[in-house]
Amino acid sequence: MKMPQFDYACPSSLEEAIQLLSDNEGAKVLSGGQSLLPLLAFRMAQPTLLVDIQKLAGMDRIEISADGLRVGARVRWCQIEDDKRLATAHPLFQFMINHVAHYQIRNRGTVGGSLAHADPSAEMPGVARVCDCDIVAVGNAGERVIKAADFFVAALETSLQEDEIITEVRFPPWPSGRRWAFHEFARRRGDFAIAGVAVFFDIGSDGVIADAHVGVIGAGDTPIRLDAVEQLLNGQRLDEELIGRARHLASETVDPQSDIHAAGDYRKSLVGTLTARGLRDAASSGAVK
Amino acid sequence: MKMRIEFELNGKPVSAEVEPRLTLGDCIRHELLQTGTHIGCEHGVCGACTVIVEGDAVRSCLTLAVQAAGKRVQTVEGLANGDNLAPLQQSFQKHHGLQCGFCTPGFLMTAHALLTHEPAADEERIREVLSGNVCRCTGYLSIVKAVMDARPAYQANKAVQS
Ligand SMILES: Cc1cc2nc3c(=O)[nH]c(=O)nc-3n(C[C@H](O)[C@H](O)[C@H](O)COP(=O)(O)OP(=O)(O)OC[C@H]3O[C@@H](n4cnc5c(N)ncnc54)[C@H](O)[C@@H]3O)c2cc1C
Ligand code: FES
Ligand code: FES
Repeated sequence: MKMPQFDYACPSSLEEAIQLLSDNEGAKVLSGGQSLLPLLAFRMAQPTLLVDIQKLAGMDRIEISADGLRVGARVRWCQIEDDKRLATAHPLFQFMINHVAHYQIRNRGTVGGSLAHADPSAEMPGVARVCDCDIVAVGNAGERVIKAADFFVAALETSLQEDEIITEVRFPPWPSGRRWAFHEFARRRGDFAIAGVAVFFDIGSDGVIADAHVGVIGAGDTPIRLDAVEQLLNGQRLDEELIGRARHLASETVDPQSDIHAAGDYRKSLVGTLTARGLRDAASSGAVK
Repeated sequence: MKMRIEFELNGKPVSAEVEPRLTLGDCIRHELLQTGTHIGCEHGVCGACTVIVEGDAVRSCLTLAVQAAGKRVQTVEGLANGDNLAPLQQSFQKHHGLQCGFCTPGFLMTAHALLTHEPAADEERIREVLSGNVCRCTGYLSIVKAVMDARPAYQANKAVQS
């Protein structure tokens, strides 16, 4: 369908963009447009004004330091795919993002757009949640740093205010030697995942698991963490018996909805399978991957 | 409210008066009357509408015309040199990479962007990139072959440039 009518502005400063958002009721940010424009084509949104952020300076870079990663909100998927530094600086982030959409969409879709869109099956919200990222947003009231755990409220719903613009997302540092894996299942390449599981943990000198993180996409209203599974894993040695228990517990912990893509029970079972695959894979990953 | 935009289409400056809601694809077809670009699904899933903006393959149904203001845009009309088909187009012809032709402009522009950036792309990479485009006729094999066979032309081009 053709899109509904709206006005368009392309401000050159963040202040101007925020002003436009707060002065115009029903205004919305336009970044890559790869989620918003399909919604408009289906007439599922009726913004009065689109505030295009393509000219805002300094939001299109990935900065890597001892404090971790700072990823600008306008960084596109293709930049993450092409950034050779990420293979060691944050392999999980790069690997998860490589599952997002198709070539042409990856040339346009952005980190901030995906976070704000908050699709529960999307990889960016998932990696932000499992890595305990901070999401930085600026509005009339100034800058806010929002924990990923507090950012995603429901499907397509976040704790962002109407006049707030995401400027960057910050990842904690990624120690070398960390074990990690990500598995998702989608029917066709580039489609949204029916479900996906990301795991990472460290192995101490005593050979037991420390700091386990298990995150799931596509099996809830928001990306989630499986605290119970993380507790089960911490302090244990990873063997087939533990993987079996983790698989069972992961399945039992999630309560996914049925939709046109898959039944809830299928997703439950899938989360268990992907958790087991992820743990096996992570065990053998280490620094080399 | 209509806005006046200017951009470069296949090397020539163009301008149009457009509503902000007009997609780049519709602008190219209906305002600028270049109908080589095809519009299929209008919501980003089929790839038929692919054009190249500043060197990147993008979906022209998920790009507003106003977003392209001041940019360089290339469509399938920009590939051939007069009556001489570009090597990629010749390769599609040779390998029967099209039947009805509806999807073809999208495949051509996607492959053109890919091989311009990555003239040595292997079969796996080519398949992965083409996975964003739908073809109802060919069964894809002939398209993959056509793109693979066009690589030497892009490699030679790159060698000349560098
Ligand atoms: C066919 C298809 C397949 C796809 N498959 C996947 C997939 O497998 N996985 C996946 O994760 N995604 C997928 N996507 C979505 C794609 O990755 C989008 O690019 C992304 O979700 C949104 O980014 P964007 O920059 O395009 O945002 P836009 O579409 O521009 O905006 C999305 C929303 O975020 C808001 N917004 C944008 N930027 C900001 C900001 N800086 N601050 C505040 N609000 C902001 C907008 O107002 C809007 O509400 C797919 C899209 C298509 C069309
Ligand atoms: S018409 Fe643009 S992707 Fe289908
Ligand atoms: S040739 Fe007919 S859709 Fe591809």
